[in-house]
Amino acid sequence: MSETALLTVDRVTKTYGRPPKLFVAVSDVTLTIEPGQFVCLLGPSGCGKSSLLRVITGLSPATEGRVLYRGEPLSGVNPHATIVFQTFALYPWLSVQENVEVALRARGVPAPERAERARKLIDMVGLDGFESAYPRELSGGMRQKVGFARAMAVEPELLCLDEPFSALDVLSAEALRGELLELWSSRSIPTKAILMVTHNIEEAVLMADRIVVMGKDPGRILAEIPVTLRQPRQRKDTAFQGVVDAVYAAVAGKTRPEGEIRQVGRRLPRARLNALAGLVEKLSAEGGRADLYRLAAELNLEIDDLLPVVEVGEMLGMATVSEGDLLLTALGKAYADASILARKELIAARILRIPIVLRIYEALQQDDNRRIDRGYFLGKLRDEYGEQAEAELENLIQWGRQAELFSYDQGTGELFLES
Amino acid sequence: MRPLRFGPARPDRPAPGVGDLVILAGIAALLYAGVRLAFFAPRAIAGPEISTAPAALPWYALLSIGRMSIAYALSLGFSLAYGYAAARNPGARKLLMPLLDVLQSVPILSFLPVVLLGLSAVLPQRVAAELAAIVLIFTSQAWNLTFSFYQSLTTIPGELKEAAAIFRLSPWMRLRVLELPFAAIGLIWNSVMSWAGGWFFLMASEIFKVGSHDFRLPGLGSYLQTAASTGNVRAVVSGVLALVTIVVVLDQLVWRPLLAWATRFKIETVEGEQPATSWFRDALDGSWVASHVRARVLLPLRDWADRLSTAPPADAAARAGNARSSRWPARAAGLAVLAAVAAGALGAVSLLASLRLAAWGTLAAGLGATFARVAASLAVALAWTLPVGYVIGTRPRLARVLQPLAQVLAAVPATALFPVILLFMIRLPFGLNLAAVLLMLMGTQWYLLFNIIAGASAIPRDLRDTTDLLRLGRVARWRTLILPSLFPFIVTGAITASGGAWNASIVAEFVEFGGTTHKTLGVGSAIASATNDADYAMLLAGTLALVGTVVLINRTFWGRLYRLAEERFRME
Repeated sequence: MSETALLTVDRVTKTYGRPPKLFVAVSDVTLTIEPGQFVCLLGPSGCGKSSLLRVITGLSPATEGRVLYRGEPLSGVNPHATIVFQTFALYPWLSVQENVEVALRARGVPAPERAERARKLIDMVGLDGFESAYPRELSGGMRQKVGFARAMAVEPELLCLDEPFSALDVLSAEALRGELLELWSSRSIPTKAILMVTHNIEEAVLMADRIVVMGKDPGRILAEIPVTLRQPRQRKDTAFQGVVDAVYAAVAGKTRPEGEIRQVGRRLPRARLNALAGLVEKLSAEGGRADLYRLAAELNLEIDDLLPVVEVGEMLGMATVSEGDLLLTALGKAYADASILARKELIAARILRIPIVLRIYEALQQDDNRRIDRGYFLGKLRDEYGEQAEAELENLIQWGRQAELFSYDQGTGELFLES
Repeated sequence: MRPLRFGPARPDRPAPGVGDLVILAGIAALLYAGVRLAFFAPRAIAGPEISTAPAALPWYALLSIGRMSIAYALSLGFSLAYGYAAARNPGARKLLMPLLDVLQSVPILSFLPVVLLGLSAVLPQRVAAELAAIVLIFTSQAWNLTFSFYQSLTTIPGELKEAAAIFRLSPWMRLRVLELPFAAIGLIWNSVMSWAGGWFFLMASEIFKVGSHDFRLPGLGSYLQTAASTGNVRAVVSGVLALVTIVVVLDQLVWRPLLAWATRFKIETVEGEQPATSWFRDALDGSWVASHVRARVLLPLRDWADRLSTAPPADAAARAGNARSSRWPARAAGLAVLAAVAAGALGAVSLLASLRLAAWGTLAAGLGATFARVAASLAVALAWTLPVGYVIGTRPRLARVLQPLAQVLAAVPATALFPVILLFMIRLPFGLNLAAVLLMLMGTQWYLLFNIIAGASAIPRDLRDTTDLLRLGRVARWRTLILPSLFPFIVTGAITASGGAWNASIVAEFVEFGGTTHKTLGVGSAIASATNDADYAMLLAGTLALVGTVVLINRTFWGRLYRLAEERFRME
């Protein structure tokens, strides 16, 4: 543990609920942030990065482990930290000026000084003239500027950003990123370090000095990647693309190849089978090999949405991931060239190789009416998946329906075989 | 945003449990305590002289409004405290929310005789009657306000709460900046409803008189009753006019401006929605007096409170320590309450055991008769509100004209007009029976109408267009589109309506009119008769039977329909 560290996260675990319904959001995370650093927490949704941010700021206590700020254990909300929120979290009934002033009021800053400081901050983020406007009159980008001004009002040493650009349109987000980087690198704000949560790889590479890649189930740190490129960074640079690919490989590395298909207790990816057809066709059109990151951009998908589909492809043996590229297998090629009917048969055959799907199918075949109540399967799934069983069965039913293996009757709550 | 529904909110909870039994035992114990007190009530109670001179009207009106205002202030204070406690303290929530759920489905008016007799035993007659009226109005106003505040507190977006925490707002500032503004719209809408409901109970308690027990209070209700009872048509007309005037004036000078003001607290604006407007608020906005009061009094007061509340953080730790050490007294108090409930419930059982079998038979028959009236009034209300509500709800221009009118009509309490109805109907065959059903209808149809209007206007345009394109016939159209989409709204409206109808039975089935007593078979008339005859065992049995029946019907029949509505027929 470093002597000079601004913030130290020491073997922190965060869980919600109690044992039968225990959910592990963050598991055994250790992390330090030095003064002068811009750190990004990067990972798919559900990897606990937002939970970690709330533990770090003291909004919610760690279940295990501790958080040290300047070497002192944290208890309660960290007075030297603040958050800029994804949804801005402005009070809609307060004007821009009042929203910024609220933070100062709470610290007992007297009225004249309060008004003056708020005006300067609003000016700094370029909202001069909008002091008396209400948030609903502003665009998303302008609202987030108010969010930044409010955060700056308390002169935080540690500025935490919780996906601050993901609710904005592309252009506003890009502009605001540039403005933040300028404030930060010109040292015109008293902030000592920035911690940003994001699921956007390019954004992380564009802004951070260090990227902490997180994975899920449970939320944990997969890799730490330093970014030494000089600011301002250019997206088109080869060096920039190199870092993006490295980060992509670290993020995608969490998917597992087909060999593990028989593993018990592994959750099926939460993706629609129909999406697989789109991915395989695209890959086939690309000549059977494509950069994952570029693929996501061209399909207009966030990495969160693409990776489950990739995982389905891997699981059914139609594609493999290698060094940040997605490769079409022979089976995948055959699938891409097949007719609609042949595709269905192919998918059904492949899915039946998944033990849990096979078990459901066989149970239904052996039943006299070829109908079984969902509760029966739920009970079986509980042994393997615990409280995730509901969601798992839901997903299994989706798969069964899309592959036309079996179907589900909402009214009676029964799974049944199509005649 | 989900369209607003008018009626009790239902917490998501499973079927009746042990908690409900404890709560019902508590209610039985309370009633028993009231009945024990009533043993000492005077055998005859002389009521006030009610003047029917038009000159007396302003004073009577002021008295009525005064009672309402006091009760409303109490309700609001109670709601804020109770809602806050339930939302912030998970331990308290487990007790407070089920309790509230039972309380809001209890027919409040059935408590009136017990409360009146009990208070008369220990207080001077006039004070007892005033207090009973305020207690009754309070119990009719507080629950929905509390639910509204509680639900607002629990649905504040997480990031807004986190922003309050990270910027370290003091509890007062959090209340002022976040919680009250977020809850404002719900609180104001529910205040309008509470106020309308309150009139119903105020009028009922102002005119309550059984035999030698005259519990009446000077006010608008008793004025109307006396006027009708003596056949003074001119006084009846001026009384009704006064009542309507008060309702309209309150609407224009209090509720509309408040609603218009509250639009600023909307989290998101729904497109195409008409913002509430108020001429009175616009006038106030530009006025010199209002802006000076704001700048010289309100703002300095707010800043002063802000400064006071931003105390050094050392305090917080001390407070947390106190909270931990104060656990034992709370537990002891809880045990004491439980013991009192058990004792009271036992007493109630022993009192009930003294009743003869025949009395129980009368009661059962009465419950059946009242049930039939409630069902009839609901059926009639549904028959006209369904088509009318649908037509109004799907035609925005019609709604703009008719909705305010219907709101004013709905705010005129049915209990106030009851004596007037009697004036015309008492001589008809089955007159009292018809009048009772009419009273129930008048008190309850509005809930159905408003809910159906809200439901109809929430049917998506494209679904209606699709139905047109499919060229569905009238019957098919109602079956496939209209009834299913209105279903949740009908259920919500009907729950409120049936609750109101049961309430009305207390004043509708046993009346003094024109010097004679008229009564008809029913649980309400059984309770009123018992009050008159000082038959306390019967009074307790009747009240408990009514409360139990209504809670049971709510829990089983309506509860099931409500769940069905939420699961199958909700538009996302």
